[in-house]
Amino acid sequence: MATLELIGFGSTGWGALLLLGALTTLAVTATALAIGAVLGTIIAGAKLSGNWLLVAIGNLYTTVFRGIPELLIIYLIYFGGSSAVTAIGVAMGYEGFLGLPSFAAGALAVGIISGAYQAEVFRGAYLAISKGELEAASAIGMHGRLRFRRIIMPQVWRFAIPGLGNVWQLSLKDSALVSVTGLAELMRTSQVAAGSTRQYFLFFIVGGALYLILTSLSDRVFNGAERRANRSMPAAAMGQA
Amino acid sequence: MDFPFLSQTMITLLKAVPMTLALFSASIFFGGVLALLIVWMRVGGNPVLSAIAKGYVFVFRGSPLLIQMFLVFYGLAQFGFIRYSFLWPFLREPFVCAVLSLALCTAGYTAEIFRGGIRAVSPREIEAARSIGMSGFLLVRRILAPIAFRHALPAYSTEIVLMMKSTALASLVTVWEVTGVAQRLISQTYRTMEIFLCAAIIYLVLNFVILQGMALLEYSLSRHRRAVLRR
Repeated sequence: MATLELIGFGSTGWGALLLLGALTTLAVTATALAIGAVLGTIIAGAKLSGNWLLVAIGNLYTTVFRGIPELLIIYLIYFGGSSAVTAIGVAMGYEGFLGLPSFAAGALAVGIISGAYQAEVFRGAYLAISKGELEAASAIGMHGRLRFRRIIMPQVWRFAIPGLGNVWQLSLKDSALVSVTGLAELMRTSQVAAGSTRQYFLFFIVGGALYLILTSLSDRVFNGAERRANRSMPAAAMGQA
Repeated sequence: MDFPFLSQTMITLLKAVPMTLALFSASIFFGGVLALLIVWMRVGGNPVLSAIAKGYVFVFRGSPLLIQMFLVFYGLAQFGFIRYSFLWPFLREPFVCAVLSLALCTAGYTAEIFRGGIRAVSPREIEAARSIGMSGFLLVRRILAPIAFRHALPAYSTEIVLMMKSTALASLVTVWEVTGVAQRLISQTYRTMEIFLCAAIIYLVLNFVILQGMALLEYSLSRHRRAVLRR
């Protein structure tokens, strides 16, 4: 009974806070994925550009941000960002320490990481477009942006959905690390609840279960999106793709 | 560029590398053994064991490693029967808790990778082995395992790199490996960029060495294929 009360929605229960934490986790992950989509598109473009300098920059980005621990990147953005904000504050006449908001720092850090993974997803999706279609588009006189909008974008999108689903799952789990900045997302809330009630096992199990719900629900969403994106494709062709 | 500070930081961080490597190798070893057990349960044909293996993979791949680690580190200590058992001298150690949770987590991912490798073994090769009278363990040892391992190797090397990065989380349960030491230095000096640079170089070198090693292993395991290609 006491257990139910602790995780319930009563005045002594942590249920509402845990749900709020889960929503914050979703918000951080969604923001991070959006930041990552922008970064990933730029980096994928750089890697596909053929210009050696841009290719080198793109490779450096994906190697570095996929090769070092996520926690370290979060520390870099959080502490480094706070130092930068403080420096700006001092320059503008404000004395004392200014912290970067933990939501912004966390979303930016996870976004930078997911950008490295998304760059690879987009690059793979672009390379999956058949050359014939690109040639056909050029042959009927489509140019640059029109070809990008009508031929490349819709297909990259379709090919990228499974990969993006993986990146989303990865970012969802990475967002738990944002708890080190003190942001009250699901991980941090479970930790606080566990610490203040001394019911560590209970609250980490409940937190873990909520994460499982989030990951399996988003799995369904991405499967649905994949089906929808492929609805115009004949079943046989889908098997090949 | 403040080179004395950078070299000082580098030396401090390098002293933590053995701890990172110890976490890494212990969790890869135990995680690998556990993954083999889970794969065996998953593909063995017994529906109950297969369902347990599926559930295991779902739980450990679906939740963040950090919450698993806290569950082991803080959660287990809550129970009297664990605190008074013979296991407590081990489970009291943060290092053991970190390795335990890293191994449990990677086992879920590795089991799926190994299963993919097994599925890639052509049924004809198994039939051929059966038809010349191989069965059971001999078939697994001579035919199934080597081919499956070779197929699984590219995905497995990715998982190993992810594992190297995951050892950073051990710092949150008070194991002083590279990221933990870097974080301590950052909060002492507030020179984020320089310390980050040093730690990043260490991890990139470690991962580079791992990937080169795995590529070498892949190269040496596919010797027979190269002979075909050369002809």
